[in-house]
Amino acid sequence: MENTSTNWFLACATTDVPENSGVCVQYGNEQIAIFNFARRNEWFATQNLCPHKQQMALSRGMLGSAGAASEPKVACPFHKKTFSLRTGECLSGDECAIKTYPIKVENEQVFIGV
Amino acid sequence: MSTNPLHPTVIVVGNGMVGYKFCEKLVAKSTAFNIIVFGEEPRRAYDRVHLSEYFAGKTADDLSMSTTQWYTDNHINLYLDDPIVEIDTTNQQVHSQKGHVLSYDYVVLATGSSAFVPDIPGIEKKGVFVYRTIEDLEKMKAYAQHAKCGAVMGGGLLGLEAAKALLDLGIATTHVVEFAPRLMPRQIDEAGSAILQAKLSELGLQIHLNKTTNSILGNDAVEGLQFNNNTVLPIDMLVISAGIRPRDELAKLAGLQVGTRGGIVVNEKLQTSNPNIFAIGECALANSTIYGLVAPGYEMAEVVAANLCGANKVFAGFDMSTKLKLIGVDVASFGDAFADQAHTRTIVFEDTHKGIYKRLNVSADGKYLLGGILIGDAEAYNMLLQTVNNQLVLPPNPEELILGSRGAATSNGSGVMSLPNDALICSCEAVTKETICNAVTEQQITTIDGMKKCTKAGTGCGGCVPLVKDLITGTMKANGQYVKNVVCEHFNYARQELFDLIKYHKLTTYNEVLDNYGSGDGCEVCKPVVASLLASLWNDLILKQPAIQDSNDRFLANIQKGGTYSVVPRIPGGEITPDKLIVIGQVAKKYHLYTKITGGQRIDLFGAHLNDLPAIWEQLIEAGFESGHAYGKSLRTVKSCVGSTWCRFGLHDSVSFAIEVEDRYKGLRSPHKLKGGVSGCIRECAEAQSKDFGIIATEKGWNLYICGNGGSKPQHAQLLASDIDSATCIKYLDRFLMFYIKTADPLTRTATWLNKMEGGMAYLKNVIINDSLGIAAELEAAMENHVNTYECEWKAAVNNPEMRKQFQHFVNAPAQKDPTVVFEPMRNQIKAQAW
Ligand code: SRM
Ligand SMILES: Cc1cc2nc3c(=O)[nH]c(=O)nc-3n(C[C@H](O)[C@H](O)[C@H](O)COP(=O)(O)OP(=O)(O)OC[C@H]3O[C@@H](n4cnc5c(N)ncnc54)[C@H](O)[C@@H]3O)c2cc1C
Ligand code: SF4
Ligand code: FES
Repeated sequence: MENTSTNWFLACATTDVPENSGVCVQYGNEQIAIFNFARRNEWFATQNLCPHKQQMALSRGMLGSAGAASEPKVACPFHKKTFSLRTGECLSGDECAIKTYPIKVENEQVFIGV
Repeated sequence: MSTNPLHPTVIVVGNGMVGYKFCEKLVAKSTAFNIIVFGEEPRRAYDRVHLSEYFAGKTADDLSMSTTQWYTDNHINLYLDDPIVEIDTTNQQVHSQKGHVLSYDYVVLATGSSAFVPDIPGIEKKGVFVYRTIEDLEKMKAYAQHAKCGAVMGGGLLGLEAAKALLDLGIATTHVVEFAPRLMPRQIDEAGSAILQAKLSELGLQIHLNKTTNSILGNDAVEGLQFNNNTVLPIDMLVISAGIRPRDELAKLAGLQVGTRGGIVVNEKLQTSNPNIFAIGECALANSTIYGLVAPGYEMAEVVAANLCGANKVFAGFDMSTKLKLIGVDVASFGDAFADQAHTRTIVFEDTHKGIYKRLNVSADGKYLLGGILIGDAEAYNMLLQTVNNQLVLPPNPEELILGSRGAATSNGSGVMSLPNDALICSCEAVTKETICNAVTEQQITTIDGMKKCTKAGTGCGGCVPLVKDLITGTMKANGQYVKNVVCEHFNYARQELFDLIKYHKLTTYNEVLDNYGSGDGCEVCKPVVASLLASLWNDLILKQPAIQDSNDRFLANIQKGGTYSVVPRIPGGEITPDKLIVIGQVAKKYHLYTKITGGQRIDLFGAHLNDLPAIWEQLIEAGFESGHAYGKSLRTVKSCVGSTWCRFGLHDSVSFAIEVEDRYKGLRSPHKLKGGVSGCIRECAEAQSKDFGIIATEKGWNLYICGNGGSKPQHAQLLASDIDSATCIKYLDRFLMFYIKTADPLTRTATWLNKMEGGMAYLKNVIINDSLGIAAELEAAMENHVNTYECEWKAAVNNPEMRKQFQHFVNAPAQKDPTVVFEPMRNQIKAQAW
């Protein structure tokens, strides 16, 4: 992400991801969550692992926004800890941040920067 | 832990409520002390005031006032299970039982008190207990298992609490034996005691007044009480609650002055006869009084901590007003409760039918409130106490303070706002009205939790919480903020308002609702609320809008530790054929599922991979099963007992009726889950009275009970109608359930909904049976619509390839299950890996 040029990995087709929700993709041994935030017309990608109890669950979480600035976020299905989809920061205070990935859509295909 | 030789050393003897509070106050004020604490009990200080909640399921940890980490973080040396046995005032050293000898600059005695045990022959027998520590409760709990009939000696505040504990422990017959001619002689007057006594007798307590116990009978264990009039009360368990005895033995040994009837004598700075030794809490005799409550103890802790840091505070006595809920009966006494001198006027309200007694003592000129007593209904307590403490001038008709002005004017909100700024709202933590209002105005604190964190108000005995709430609301209103129970930041509406808006405008999708009535992009709070409303109103398939469903609803299964799911097919009324049982077994075997009979008379299969859910359900549906909605805020189960088809006591066929009812309401989305039960006779084997609705057969028909709850706050259902036929029962249920769905706040069970309802059961009965709101037909029609449009969501899901596609873990590797899922073996089955 930082100084190396981004390596784009073809994750899935746009139609594979239901509107306003997420799916999980396998990338090597990693699990990456992809979110189609249709209401905002934005796509996001984060790690699938919820740091709270180490559960592979964020792709099954619920999307939303927080605060006056409408920070996009996902809520883990287990205990509803929420994380910013832009920065990965935990918005419920205590837990650590999650990793986010660059994401782009071209020709109805979704690519993740890895 | 190291000590700093430059700092004075304070040794705190006793790690009870007040000893702990002292440490908390001292470290908050200064870090320039070495603090060492010795406690005799094996655990850290805990909330003794709420000790009885231990029987209601709270653990020692829940009651604990802090953590080990807290002591470490604040550099406090804590020795537990190690009482101080000697204070050597000449060498300024303390000696502990385990042999520690430590030098001090100051000692703070916070040794509390113990139960006073009168010297009655036989008092040493097995089965005689006191009620003071967690250990006492553990012993009582163990013994109560084989006890059938218990007694409490002492009808004071603690005695009645102990009686409640005996009832909670399942002791069928519980007696209270009081020496005085009335209950709670120290707090309430005769008329109040009579009402309290009547109320408690109604609840199953047997009360004996004017009884002196001469001896405790029995061989090895207690078998009875012998009174002075030679009567005998047979019992097999006894709790002594005859008062408290200050723990002054250590002080006495050290040569400190103690009172003739016990207690360590202190001056207004809480210094004992040795100026370097202080005594605080229930062991201290200040103003010739033992203050047996926690708030004055906290104030003493404050005085000593402040003075050690250079302040010059004094302890000037303390208000002993109290409010308690004794076995579900409110009891409060405040200010000068007995004031019966010639120059006071009293206003008394008495309702022996409902068991309410209220007394106000007013100054002769009618201007000021001096004190009073409230039994049965103590809602006005906080405000009345404030009126006394702040010498507020009374309104022209002071009786309105206890009768309530029917309708207008003196709502709580306006009342609290009229208090002076320095009115003490939380006496445990000494928080004033001004501090609370400032927190609202300047720091935008608008919740109780926030207020607890910010000001500590409400963290002690909790008695002021209602007042704090009123102050928050009052301040917000005064600041021009609109106060409403809104769904979340995205919707400025309460659930019921949204319900009406969606219905009236016929909105069918979340986005429509958000676009028209909300802001932002929604969140995990409002999405499920709107989803539930849409489902209740239009009964459309949940999976048509998966993204707004709570995770469990989205995948039509409950998520488990590790990320697998549970499968719960509906087994209406708990009745199942052998063939269907075999299919469940086959499915469980094929997909390696952990199998368990649930508490709801059905079978739960755990550990299903997301990918396997559609195939599992396909097979179950094939065999005639339907979704059990174990994942939804919707109808769960209608439990049944076997009823008249087999049972020799059965009056009607409870199984058939349970199945009929379960089939009618299955899939009904509601603010929270719904459970029902049908019993074939009053023996009540289906536990119907613990359900949201319960039906019990009578000779003439059915009795219908509503708004019961199990769970963490159990509550019995209340009778709505008796001896009704099946059709009427269904009609009332239709109305009740739809009215609940229409008006309850999100995630509110029927019991809580009723508890918050103005007018309570009488009002609800009127709506359901007498159609007082004129909406019965509408409610029935809404239910009819639900019944006619019901579809099994799993059946719809497995038959639709698009929907099935959602049940994949990896979108780019559909056949691959989540490789991180790990199971561990247990008793020939599996369990999820611990987290
Ligand atoms: C499986 C079962 C325990 C068992 O092994 O027996 C169970 C399991 C769960 N219960 Fe329960 N409850 C089960 C019977 C009960 C009962 C007993 C009953 O229904 O007779 C009660 C008390 C009665 C009542 O609800 O009034 C009960 C009171 C609760 C509560 C507390 C509700 C309350 O109002 O206080 C919760 C929490 C909640 O719903 O918010 C809960 C929540 C849960 C959850 C959903 C917790 C969760 O979110 O994961 C558990 C999910 C299990 C799963 O994945 O399937 N469960 N739960 C029982 C399933 C019954 C069924 O066939 O559907
Ligand atoms: C069941 C029950 C219900 C109550 N309900 C209420 C209520 O509703 N409202 C209210 O205001 N109050 C209530 N109280 C009273 C309240 O709990 C006490 O006022 C409060 O606990 C007093 O605190 P304390 O620190 O002085 O004493 P304690 O909490 O008793 O603590 C004293 C501690 O010192 C220890 N100790 C004694 N001697 C030594 C020694 N030599 N060395 C080391 N440690 C020693 C003791 O073991 C004990 O742990 C209730 C009490 C009980 C038992
Ligand atoms: S009681 Fe608690 S642990 Fe047991 S099933 Fe219910 S929710 Fe789960
Ligand atoms: S595991 Fe994600 S919030 Fe607990």
